[in-house]
Amino acid sequence: MEFILNNLLTLILFTPVLAAVIVMLLPGEQEQLIRWTAFILSFIPLALSIVLWVSFDRTAVGFQFEQQIEWYKALNSSFHVGVDGISLTMVLLTTLLTPLALLASFSIRDRIKSYMVLFFLLEMGMLGVFMMLDLLLFFVFWEFGLVPMYFLINQWGSEKGEREIWGGRKVPARTYASIKFMIYTMAGSLGLLLAIQMIGLVSGTFDIPELMKSWTSLNTPLTLKGVPINLPITTVKAIAFWAFAIAFAIKVPVWPFHTWLPDAHTEAPTAGSMILAGVLLKLGAYGFLRLVLPLYPEESKYFAGVLAFLAVMAIIFGALASYGQDDFKRLVAYSSVNHMGFVVLGIAAAAFANGTKDPQFAQYANIALNGAVLQMFNHGLSAAGMFFLVGVIYERTHTRDLKEFGGLFPLVPVYGGILIFTSMASLGLPGLNGFISEFLVVQGSWPVFTLFTALAMIGLFFTGAYILKGLKQVLHGPLNEHWAGHISEINARELMVIVPLMVMILWIGIWPSWILDVINHAVAVFK
Amino acid sequence: MQFPILSIIVFTPIVTGLLILLIPAERKTEIRVAALAAGAFALLLSIWAYFSYDIAAGGYQFIEKYDWLPALGISYHVGMDGMNGPLVLLTGIVMFTGVLISWGIDDRPREFFAFLFILATGVFGVFVTLDLFMLFFFYEIAVFPMYLLISIWGWKVTREYAAMKLTLYLFIGSVVSLVGALAMYVTAGTATGQWTFDMLVLEKAGFSTSFQTLWFPFVFFGFAVLGGIFPFHNWSPDGHVAAPTAVSMFHAGVLMKLGAFAALRVGIMLLPEGAKVHMGWIILLTLVNVVYGAFIASVQTDFKYVIGFSSVSHMGLVSMGFATLNREGMLGAGLQMFSHGVMTALFFAVVGMVYDQAHTREIPKLGGFRKVMPLVPIAFIIGGLVSMGMPGFSGFIAEFPIFMGLWGYKPWIAIVAALSIVITASYIIRIIGNVFFGSLPEEFEGHVHDVTVLDKVALVFLSAVLVIVGVYPRIMVPMVESGVNYVLRLLGGA
Repeated sequence: MEFILNNLLTLILFTPVLAAVIVMLLPGEQEQLIRWTAFILSFIPLALSIVLWVSFDRTAVGFQFEQQIEWYKALNSSFHVGVDGISLTMVLLTTLLTPLALLASFSIRDRIKSYMVLFFLLEMGMLGVFMMLDLLLFFVFWEFGLVPMYFLINQWGSEKGEREIWGGRKVPARTYASIKFMIYTMAGSLGLLLAIQMIGLVSGTFDIPELMKSWTSLNTPLTLKGVPINLPITTVKAIAFWAFAIAFAIKVPVWPFHTWLPDAHTEAPTAGSMILAGVLLKLGAYGFLRLVLPLYPEESKYFAGVLAFLAVMAIIFGALASYGQDDFKRLVAYSSVNHMGFVVLGIAAAAFANGTKDPQFAQYANIALNGAVLQMFNHGLSAAGMFFLVGVIYERTHTRDLKEFGGLFPLVPVYGGILIFTSMASLGLPGLNGFISEFLVVQGSWPVFTLFTALAMIGLFFTGAYILKGLKQVLHGPLNEHWAGHISEINARELMVIVPLMVMILWIGIWPSWILDVINHAVAVFK
Repeated sequence: MQFPILSIIVFTPIVTGLLILLIPAERKTEIRVAALAAGAFALLLSIWAYFSYDIAAGGYQFIEKYDWLPALGISYHVGMDGMNGPLVLLTGIVMFTGVLISWGIDDRPREFFAFLFILATGVFGVFVTLDLFMLFFFYEIAVFPMYLLISIWGWKVTREYAAMKLTLYLFIGSVVSLVGALAMYVTAGTATGQWTFDMLVLEKAGFSTSFQTLWFPFVFFGFAVLGGIFPFHNWSPDGHVAAPTAVSMFHAGVLMKLGAFAALRVGIMLLPEGAKVHMGWIILLTLVNVVYGAFIASVQTDFKYVIGFSSVSHMGLVSMGFATLNREGMLGAGLQMFSHGVMTALFFAVVGMVYDQAHTREIPKLGGFRKVMPLVPIAFIIGGLVSMGMPGFSGFIAEFPIFMGLWGYKPWIAIVAALSIVITASYIIRIIGNVFFGSLPEEFEGHVHDVTVLDKVALVFLSAVLVIVGVYPRIMVPMVESGVNYVLRLLGGA
């Protein structure tokens, strides 16, 4: 027990790798064995992160469970892990969604072993980002997560569909989507990579807590190894700020950098979409919270208006685009753009209020930020649930076209009820989790960006519209006779995936303080 | 007298090569086993030497020095430091895996292995020698068998052309360097009265700045031709493509490092002031290497040409790191030499395996090879991730400091060079998709088979090295760092 508590984060981070190795050693033809082994092993990180959640000191300020081991000494980079309330919430979300996603993957038939191994590597990559307190290793895990996701979409994505690419050649849609995802994100990370290199060279360290002090207080003209840069320090910092911001904005994704998302989400296998929407998008928002706000407080304040504008565009256009879809999965995909817009809006409000003397104003920012972090967690639950439910209906009908559904409620009453419940969480119905977080964001942002928040409310209206559209097209209206007798009710395994999510959704909706308590202490630092 | 480990490493291949020639030509299995034994022996010795190097002490270790031609100041003088240690290890790795991959060669395997091993001796010799004359001596030993290996065992379509082009390019390059080397020898000799080719002495000769400025380009470019520097790179893709698999592995994996290493050892370390004067424009050439090379690679349709041009691009990063003349850049360049060597050996091994089965390298005609050779795509993907500088693999460990070095030299070059990362990612992804995934073309159905166990051993070994260095950089970084510190002292503090 002593050993576990002392190395808790490292253990959470690397038990997925261990699980991957164990799965790799199993015989490839024993599919059932592989599935169950992977599923059971994925509970180890979850159990450990529950231990982490319980033993986390909610009153202390700063990072906990820190551990620092020498890694790349020549560059002064070390394996430095630690969590605060924000990362703790995200770690819990990741380890919670992974077993559910693996359970949802039981219907995969093709090369199940490689699939499970990739999934565990993906989990490790995401956990690493949330835990790392070293800029270089943050980037390592940030990029590494792309690789398994690329192969999951490319190899196990939906088999239908073609896309015409430049030159008129047709390629399978999943190939198109996976390459777009990979190249888009890698290109976005280039600026981040370059900025990290520059910061490392200027500061001589990659340690994030140290950089929070040294890099922010830097105000003399930069010299890189004695070579002066002929730009004022404010300009250099502004460029570096945008290098960070764009990389994270692509991942969130913020309008207009969102175009990779509908393709990737739609073509990914069900469990891949669950993780993609549930956790991967949060990496971007987390990047803003962990790096952009602390490292660039002044630039964030200066550009907060731009960020808020982009967030509002994401909210409005995400909702409108979602309403315009005929593909059920694409509809849910665009809803992520809409919901993540609220996260960014909250972050922008907090950035704008940074350093304010007015305690009232600071209070609003704090509320907005609480809302943003909670929204990250909530969207993780509801988006994962929605994608899973789309996957359930797709497995039965082999179509995602909303026009081909209709009136399915009498055929699948239980599924219908669950779909309505999850959709309502996504819509922000009071009593469910989405309401709490979106309310906090809006309440906190209103005094800071009144106009933008007002516009965001229009977006919220369309949120209702597209969710009801989805429900109507699938469940209500005249029954499409084609499906009568051909469609079966949700089965026990699938219930085991969705019920835990529903319990969490309801739980946070009714009693949010157990999680807000943890978040609140962490975001209080940003005053 | 201490155990002469470096000499044994250097001469094991050539002695085995000559012994193999004594085996009757038809006893092919014995020939192969003898070759494998020698490869394994050299690998073990180089691993041993690598890990017993005392990093805390630094400097040259395992030194051996015997007079060879005292009248001219030539001696057999070898030693290992942080810069050449990883390269000796690299040569051992490539030699061992090269023998494994070449098991299937049926056309005169005796002569093939003999020449390959003479080549290996030349390579080991250049890396460890501390005598300028011996460096040229070993250099020519390394270049000459290449000609025979390519023109006899190479790809029938272009082998004569490529072998001739490669040999002429490299000989001209080495002659140009030799002129520079002789100028150093004569100038240092007349000035001090001590006529010697010993590089440790020449380092301290204190050549005047004007002398260094004049002769640095000769020495540097003479060797950098072998490192594939733009615009003298175009022998290299032709040579890679025409060579048989094991020779391509040697060629791209080790021989190109020979050029970069000699350019460092003779050019930068003996003429540091000249380097400072000229590097400002040389770095622009390396930038062309990096970005243009990656771009050319991305438009090739021949699998092997893609890899060939990717080597041009990646070797450009090595020269670029050296050209920054600062700690980060050189550290990265030293690591990149090792990382690229292992990676490209892996690439060429994979290309060879696919070609042996499919008898074509046209990417559009290939596809679905995952189904017949499940391990090969995994190895290729690992190599590909290294190539695109993906974190967690050795390529990142090497490229990150190179870019940091560029920031400290000319920031805009770092920004432009970073484009190559995305271009590299695009062509690697394209190859993975087109060659290994998708459906297997009908004409291959039943005609292509999985690779042999020996091939698998080689692939796993090479991939493992790439991952280990990427995850645990401490296994290599401190050693290279100590080598870099020595170079920096010659460059005057810094």
